[in-house]
Amino acid sequence: MVNRETPDLMEADATRSLRTPVIVLTRGVETEALSNVGEADDPQTVFSVRGLDVHYGPTIAVAGIDLDIPARQITALIGPSGCGKSTFLRCFNRTNDLIPGAKVSGSVLYHGLDLYGPQIDPVEVRRRIGMVFQKPNPFPKSIYDNVAFGPRVNGQRKGLDEVVEHALTRAALWDEVKDKLKKSGLALSGGQQQRLCIARALAVNPDVVLMDEPCSALDPIATSRIEDLMVELKRDYTIVIVTHNMQQAARVSDGTAFFTAEVRDSGDRVGVLVEYDQTETIFTAPSDSRTEGYITGRFG
Amino acid sequence: MSLLAPDVDSVVRLPQQSVRRRVSDRAFLIVLVISFGLALAGLVALLWYVFDTGLPAFGPRLWRRFPSLNPAISGARSAVFGTLWVLAVTASLAVPIGIGAAVYLEEFAPADKWYTRWIALNIQNLAGVPSIVYGIFGLAFIARGPIDLGPVVLTGGIILALLVLPIVIIASREAIRAVPESIRHGSFALGATRLQTVRRQVLPAAVPGIATGVILALSRAIGEAAPLIMIGAFTYVPFNPTGLDSKFTVLPIQIFDWIGRPQEGFTQLAAAACILLLAILLAMNAIAIWLRNRYQQRW
Ligand SMILES: Nc1ncnc2c1ncn2[C@@H]1O[C@H](COP(=O)(O)OP(=O)(O)O)[C@@H](O)[C@H]1O
Ligand SMILES: [Mg+2]
Repeated sequence: MVNRETPDLMEADATRSLRTPVIVLTRGVETEALSNVGEADDPQTVFSVRGLDVHYGPTIAVAGIDLDIPARQITALIGPSGCGKSTFLRCFNRTNDLIPGAKVSGSVLYHGLDLYGPQIDPVEVRRRIGMVFQKPNPFPKSIYDNVAFGPRVNGQRKGLDEVVEHALTRAALWDEVKDKLKKSGLALSGGQQQRLCIARALAVNPDVVLMDEPCSALDPIATSRIEDLMVELKRDYTIVIVTHNMQQAARVSDGTAFFTAEVRDSGDRVGVLVEYDQTETIFTAPSDSRTEGYITGRFG
Repeated sequence: MSLLAPDVDSVVRLPQQSVRRRVSDRAFLIVLVISFGLALAGLVALLWYVFDTGLPAFGPRLWRRFPSLNPAISGARSAVFGTLWVLAVTASLAVPIGIGAAVYLEEFAPADKWYTRWIALNIQNLAGVPSIVYGIFGLAFIARGPIDLGPVVLTGGIILALLVLPIVIIASREAIRAVPESIRHGSFALGATRLQTVRRQVLPAAVPGIATGVILALSRAIGEAAPLIMIGAFTYVPFNPTGLDSKFTVLPIQIFDWIGRPQEGFTQLAAAACILLLAILLAMNAIAIWLRNRYQQRW
């Protein structure tokens, strides 16, 4: 367990706070704009994970993860099934909190702020850090209401039309749906549904978008549209993507983290981070033989 | 069994097995058809009796005229209105409480705790308790006893609400559970709170199922006589209810009363009132089916 106490706000470096976005993730607590504290010295680092363990009930799922996620880049998480990629990804927007029995320990700093600190409101965290799921999950509502849902639950009442148009445009879906915004989101094709889910996530104007195998349920054409979209979006958003598809990781990501499941002496399978590097390095000259084995095996 | 290399033995034995199986399939089908035929015959006989006896007496006077000692001029106006009053009370109690309880059990109660399971189990049990038991309870605690409301509309409504509450809760829970977890996760991931998620995603998506359950529960309530007779509802009420504290009667009680009288005319009236009750039930079920087909969500 690391760094549980509230960071001392007064010590925040004044010059640094000018460069970093203002973050308020607390609710009902008077706080100054929280800025860089602790280890995230580099303003280009969005998440800084140290000594992260996740348990489901008594069993440990991932252990001892140390990883920095750089801003405005696509970071890919790869590795065999069941090694804890999704579990790890859920730590970034505190959706593990919603799973009964799940427990996260260690530290996840978000722009230097402890995401699991006592004053943090998980609901606010999820608003800033959006998520796109493996299976497209549009709400059983109109396309418009799907996109407007996020702004609405965050209290926005006016200007929704603009927000919806902008988000759908960013998600490269506007031209296809602009004449049928009142139609159900479930009536779209799989690829369109997934772009709708991305638009929905963008509509709350997040800082980070997490994607858990966003293309695994899609055909190759829809997949390539989503990949183009990710590359386009990374100018404004930090993207973390879990993928099973090596080619996809190689095509879109800037950095790649390789996870695997280690068998402990006790017989438990525990997810660990093997290595993180620039994507090119991971795919051409990985430093760990397990990475190499996995990648060559996967590429055949 | 491999499709590529079937072993000769099994190919040779295949026809024999399938003959035996075809015979037992046939026998099973015949049993099913007979059971179905018996059930249908019973229903048809019942309906035929009711319509044959009741149709001559069926007419607007059933809901225009009050009951009288002369079957020729008697109607069931007070019972029709009593039924509507009691049903309104039942619905306005059972629907919000039932949905609230279902939402709590599905979305908020800790699923792994013994007391949650205990409550859920007991709701299942309550759904199987004979209605007369609710009548005894109502008599002892609501009509008389500590609450002492008397045999009035409110008492009848409360008793029937208690009676159908388990049905509403169970149907609503099922409808809520049928909303996929991915919808909740999608909602949470956009920064919605649990309450917002329930109010704006889960409940709207569950409305068709809940509405269907509510209507079926109310159709159960509309046919109940026993618990209302138990609390002392009257059989002869020559006036409409004017409020929650009015004395009342309902259609099943009116039917029960008429059927016990010796005059032929009352037997016909009882059958005619049955037709009316059946028509109301059929209409309610039709609404339930329409709602289900119209709004049912295919995920
Ligand atoms: N909700 C959960 N409850 C209990 N165990 C879980 C849950 N989700 C994942 N796990 C376990 O955690 C481990 C990692 O799973 P996951 O994060 O889904 O891996 P990946 O996404 O890499 O396939 C697996 O052993 C899995 O069984
Ligand atoms: Mg996964």
